[in-house]
Amino acid sequence: MADESRHQELETTEAPASAEPAASPPVPEAAEASGNRVLSALRGILLPALALLAAFAVGAIIIIVTDFDLLGQWGSDPIGAIGASWSSVMRTYGALLRGSIGDPGALFSALFSADWEALRRAFGPLSETIVSATPLILTGLSVALAFRVGLFNIGAEGQLYLGSLFAVIAGFTFVGMPWFIHLPIAVAAGFLGGAVWGFIPGLLKARTGAHEVIVTIMLNFVSYNLINWALKTEFVQREGRPDPISKIVEPSAVIPPLIDGLRAHWGIVIALLAAVGVWWLLFRSTKGFEFRAVGFNPRAARYAGMSISWATVLSMVTAGGLAGLAGAAVILGGSGTLSPGFSPGYGFDGIVVALVGATRPLGVVAAAFLFGALRAGATPMQAATGTPIDIVVVIQALVIMFIAAPALVRAIFRIRAERRMGSEVFAKGWGS
Amino acid sequence: MKLELRGITKRFPGVVANRDVDLIVQAGEIHALLGENGAGKSTLMNVLYGLYRPDDGEILIDDRVVAFDGPGDAIDAGIGMVHQHFMLVPVFTVTENVMLGVETTRGPLGQLDRRAARERIVEISERHGLHIDPDATVEDLPVGVRQRVEIIKTLYRQSNVLILDEPSAVLTPQETEDLFAVMRSLVATGTSIVFITHKLNEVLEVADRITVLRRGTVAGTTTPAEANREELAAMMVGRDVQLVVDRTPAQPGEPILEVRDLVVRDERGHNAVNHLDLTVRAGEILAIAGVQGNGQSELVEAITGLREPDAGDVLLAGQPLADTPRDVFEAGVAHVPEDRMEDGLIADFTVADNLVLNSYWQPPFASGLRLHGEAIVSNAETLVGEYDIRTPSIFNPVGNLSGGNQQKVIAAREFSRPIKLIVAAQPTRGLDVGSIEYIHRRIVAKRDEGAAVLIVSSELDEVVALGDRIAVMYRGRIVDTLSPEEATPERLGLLMGGAHPEDGEPVDLVGTAPAAGSEPSDG
Repeated sequence: MADESRHQELETTEAPASAEPAASPPVPEAAEASGNRVLSALRGILLPALALLAAFAVGAIIIIVTDFDLLGQWGSDPIGAIGASWSSVMRTYGALLRGSIGDPGALFSALFSADWEALRRAFGPLSETIVSATPLILTGLSVALAFRVGLFNIGAEGQLYLGSLFAVIAGFTFVGMPWFIHLPIAVAAGFLGGAVWGFIPGLLKARTGAHEVIVTIMLNFVSYNLINWALKTEFVQREGRPDPISKIVEPSAVIPPLIDGLRAHWGIVIALLAAVGVWWLLFRSTKGFEFRAVGFNPRAARYAGMSISWATVLSMVTAGGLAGLAGAAVILGGSGTLSPGFSPGYGFDGIVVALVGATRPLGVVAAAFLFGALRAGATPMQAATGTPIDIVVVIQALVIMFIAAPALVRAIFRIRAERRMGSEVFAKGWGS
Repeated sequence: MKLELRGITKRFPGVVANRDVDLIVQAGEIHALLGENGAGKSTLMNVLYGLYRPDDGEILIDDRVVAFDGPGDAIDAGIGMVHQHFMLVPVFTVTENVMLGVETTRGPLGQLDRRAARERIVEISERHGLHIDPDATVEDLPVGVRQRVEIIKTLYRQSNVLILDEPSAVLTPQETEDLFAVMRSLVATGTSIVFITHKLNEVLEVADRITVLRRGTVAGTTTPAEANREELAAMMVGRDVQLVVDRTPAQPGEPILEVRDLVVRDERGHNAVNHLDLTVRAGEILAIAGVQGNGQSELVEAITGLREPDAGDVLLAGQPLADTPRDVFEAGVAHVPEDRMEDGLIADFTVADNLVLNSYWQPPFASGLRLHGEAIVSNAETLVGEYDIRTPSIFNPVGNLSGGNQQKVIAAREFSRPIKLIVAAQPTRGLDVGSIEYIHRRIVAKRDEGAAVLIVSSELDEVVALGDRIAVMYRGRIVDTLSPEEATPERLGLLMGGAHPEDGEPVDLVGTAPAAGSEPSDG
């Protein structure tokens, strides 16, 4: 009893605000509560937004101090150097923006010119952002979903590869099908491939307690080599090619572009639908109720009659499937063929996307677009300003750092700490 | 040493934890600080110990004003605190633990002078009858002895005022008696003791004077001679409290829960429940008394499907009880778990979600995979009103509620459906008197509706207040079953300590013959 009483008393001394309203009469007003929800959602956005701002600010400093011409000017002409630094930073970030979203002027005039070619060119950067964001949304959802159940899915990369293998096989094996049958089959095959790769660590965890972090990391290696082997088999390898590359999928299994001539494809719609689906699963379904209960407090979940084993297996299967969808989307919406190492680490970036998105589906989508934009804008930025592409990686890392250290952002912007912030769910860390 | 707190006020954002509190502790007295959870006891003691700086008021020692910048200053001024959670290094010996922070050294290299420290510890131990082996490793010591090590630590630092924060919470009744003896010995030599508690009996037994805190202010100061339990409870809560709920004699009906020859092994493979039999009938409360760790938890887990029994039967209304928690739930068993935050609730879930924690999957809360949010909300609104759960909103995380309100959430969830049997383990642990009264009333009301009730409690007061029959559990067995009239604290205490029901000898646990009384009568 002592434990409890002490806990309670500490609660009152340390956070008296929370104890005080408990003494007021219970007036559960739905309107007020929903108002609070909107408010808390806004607060949830505030911190990541400020973290982004801080990351770009520090990024600007790095742009300045890594430019040796500028540094020289600081010595001879400090006043002029301020202006030069400012314009250098603006030029770099401007190029980044134009490379990821597009030139606002060109976008505007293209919209009114009704010239297809101008439109395509103006929307090119945005299209590239969408192409990068599509797999990141799906792998981010994969990691976020598992995390809600208290599992750390480091295996999204491997699940993505398995998904792409299954999708590409389904894509070239069935010939002569109409696209509205073939494409769903190929996409579903991608989900299945990832799901199988998620099922293995899920089952091992549920049955033997094997830690999913270890198992998923190891399965990543297995998946690379499995792909390498599969691409050399007669069944998968393209005829007449000595290198490991798959046959090309049938046109009926290709995810069509959103607009002809642009690379952005309908995979983004699949990803957004998946985000809605994950949101529904987590917050509107009985299974999601179980998932979250197990994630927060497995003992209480068991006491309440839930099966922890089932939740573990089911969530890992779903998480794997989502990562598999990412693989399917990249292959079927892109080159239409599979080769080793086609993923620049979408699965690992998914961990970051889930973290930055506070494991909320909407947050994951937003974070995926952010990282997609940074990725898409990096190369045009380097071409236009000569700023090394690495600055983008630095900014990505800074965003993560500021989001992972909310106390730091609060200190910089002098925000009063709120006790429960969504992003802090990650504070649980690596424990099972 | 005389200690005086004068007009202490401590504010936190949004709340005043202490308002104008006066407290005078005379040299050589045991001064009990009594109050409900959240009344401000700990805040006050943290002010005294230098952990908080008061917004207003002053601390006087022997009539001189002092100011503490941290616990170091308080310790230097002769104030020692024994925290509820011990601050000991388990792998160190008693001597090393006591020395830690005030090491005596000798020689040019500053070698630890263990011998000198050891001698002083032995001397302190003998003076106050603490019976401490200075060479024992702390992790090998029982809880009661560890607490005495903490007391020695403060005495070793020459404390004249000792603050004991809920010291009896972790102790058995016997250990508590030992502690009181030590406390009396200490005050006899001039030490003052501030004794923080919310247990009325202990206050009346050991305190010289009593100060009651309520909502951060002093509700009154009295002495055990002038006050009784009811008055103290009323001072704590601010209204009259029934310490023992009124109830009519039980009307036992059909046997509902029958446990036959049950064996349950614990993690180490020992028989935690050792061929136990018991019967609970409809409309009666069977209370199981016992020192914690005598198999009560394993018994409850076996009945509620959380742990697989190794032998024996559990029957509910004559039918074997299914073996998963969900089946047990569906069979009409309500379970109030021993540890509400670990097992009973999900702290991060809202009140509304916690109220459907074990029924979320069935109509009206769900159809198929789909949860019905409106049904969950309206269920919560009804129950929050019906069970007087004090929360700003049903969407508040349950972890932010007070312990009493958390237990009400569990009671609301478990009792608000047709049930045949209630299994409640330590149902009022850590709750203040007002909440205890409330929970007890709900349990008795369920009994009167015809439910069979099995209560497991290590609180003698609770066992006697609720039980229509009282079974004492010792080392996995029921050693005797008493009526409330027979169940005097002395008799229960002896049985809980393992004394044989008839002749006061320890029960023969090795023999195959069942101990007398292990078969409870059906009355």
